[in-house]
Amino acid sequence: MSVAARRGGQFVRRLAHRLGGSPETGSAIWETIQLARHQDRPYPLDYISRLFPDFEELHGDRLYGDDPAIVAGIGRGADGPMVVIGHQKGRDTAERTYRNFGMPGPEGYRKAMRVMALAEKMDLPVITLIDTPGAFPGSGAEERGQGGAIARSMQTMLRLRVPSIAVVIGEGSSGGALALGVTDRVMMLENSTYSVISPEGGAAILWRDAAKAKDAATAFQPTAANCYRWGIADVVVPEPAGGAHRDHDEAARLLGGYISRAMRELQALSPADRRRQRRDRYRRIGAYREVAVADPTAMASGVDPASTANGAGPAA
Amino acid sequence: MSKRPITVSVDRLLRKRDAPAPRKLPADERSCPKCQTHWTSDEMRRNMRVCASCGHHFPAGARERLDQLSGGAPWVELWPELRASDPLQFVDLEPYPDRVEKAEAAGSNEALVVAEIPIGGHDCIAAIMDFSFLGGSMGSVVGEKLARACDRCVERNLPLVVITASGGARMQEGVIALMQMAKTVVAFDLMYDAELPVIVVLVHPTTGGVWASFASLGDVTYAEPGALIAFSGPRVIEQTTREKLPPEFGRAETQLANGQVDDVVDRRELPARIGKVLGILDRPSGMDPAPAVTMARAGAERAANAARTLPDLSRRVVSKVLRSDEKGGR
Repeated sequence: MSVAARRGGQFVRRLAHRLGGSPETGSAIWETIQLARHQDRPYPLDYISRLFPDFEELHGDRLYGDDPAIVAGIGRGADGPMVVIGHQKGRDTAERTYRNFGMPGPEGYRKAMRVMALAEKMDLPVITLIDTPGAFPGSGAEERGQGGAIARSMQTMLRLRVPSIAVVIGEGSSGGALALGVTDRVMMLENSTYSVISPEGGAAILWRDAAKAKDAATAFQPTAANCYRWGIADVVVPEPAGGAHRDHDEAARLLGGYISRAMRELQALSPADRRRQRRDRYRRIGAYREVAVADPTAMASGVDPASTANGAGPAA
Repeated sequence: MSKRPITVSVDRLLRKRDAPAPRKLPADERSCPKCQTHWTSDEMRRNMRVCASCGHHFPAGARERLDQLSGGAPWVELWPELRASDPLQFVDLEPYPDRVEKAEAAGSNEALVVAEIPIGGHDCIAAIMDFSFLGGSMGSVVGEKLARACDRCVERNLPLVVITASGGARMQEGVIALMQMAKTVVAFDLMYDAELPVIVVLVHPTTGGVWASFASLGDVTYAEPGALIAFSGPRVIEQTTREKLPPEFGRAETQLANGQVDDVVDRRELPARIGKVLGILDRPSGMDPAPAVTMARAGAERAANAARTLPDLSRRVVSKVLRSDEKGGR
């Protein structure tokens, strides 16, 4: 709450309302999902053009090909040179097809890793912008090691010496999102979502009916406020009134301020401290109980989510 | 991108019509679904749940696998007290706690069992997934147990052996389950820094978030014959891309050809193969920290004693050298 509180004004009231007492209703969550997927919502290249007047996009994984679903490059902005990597969706049909709806294959993650290696060499901070329905499910992607690419991307991020910040700017679904999300700080835009799977995918698996997406969304509760409560997001970044799609300039300005502040905090730490804290951050996440083994049948009900998530201590 | 033809959607209807009827479960779980041979439960156990006539690998539970790996030697389960909680108060077709309760009643306490166990004479920590517990899905307990397993390995200087069987992240724990992927990568990272070996065996099926995290990060990676190994399962791919996938898609043998695993190993040979690798990579010294510490202390004392006598020796040598130099100079 502390970072949000510093912003003051309307945003705090909005967030406080969302964090306070009663959980968000299904329709409020569904509305957030629609906003997170709004076709006019700013994508990574929209933020990059505003935050990094000098940006050079880099292409190709140097192994197989270039994946347009992930953009990566080097840029110089208000906080100096940085490496920026993000999932890029498309606005019209042609671009959506070209970007594969923001669903990367292994080449995308390997491009990300290759550019992270550049960040390590040149001592540049890494910013990732997450917005994907998930990694691409295709036989070609599987043959070329989709699973391993995601795993190794996480491993690479975990071992970085340079500071890193991930921002969920739209929808962050499944391992395809988390592959770019293992960073020192995780921020979520006010109307973004972060979830184990897209609502449609979850509905197909759990309800055996993709049309039950709204039910799945209600169950997953993937909003920024919830992720903040669970310790998945460190910061919730405000959007312009009505949503980021209303004003790209203002959305970028707000995000830029939060990135600058977090970057200053991170640069005050040594690489070893950053890495240790990054490890601890993910090591802590989890919600479980410890039972007396003699009585394995006990299943507590009504466990308070806020107290169990993020390893605040297993519930009694 | 793909080598396979993309069929038009009409073909899906035809395919549905022509597809073989979904494989029915055999009337008896001890009848081989491939060759119909029937086995007694004793034969099944002795054959490690592999059909002796056609080599079909039946599913095996985590505890049975531990017995197989240790060759009957005793092993100790670690942290059986960790159980799932319900952070999202999740309800799909059934409330999550009810699902957990049913799964626990069926015999397993979670989708991952961790044990301290000797394999081929080498002490190690084994983390074995159990597909029968909620599809082997990875929730907070799986993440925590694996993290503790790696902590224990580092503490005791032991190698880690992991057998994976999972549909992926546990949906019912939402984004907290997703984060277990990162948590397991952190755990394996500790193994990397401690220079301890990690052997991963992929068994049927290993998919989704498990394949996209720790299951892909073994130092040596084996797969059981016929195991499906994929990030997206064939059904999801066929629905999303309308590709028609061959039956061998994602199978262990295909993944060996794709360069994703080191070898396909029959379950009956696994204990010996794992033992062999452990024998090559294992540190001979460090099974137990106590003797290692004692040895280190004894070594330090010897070094200190040596150091006390060393200056005299060296001075003598130096002076000798100097003298000889002086002589030579004259």
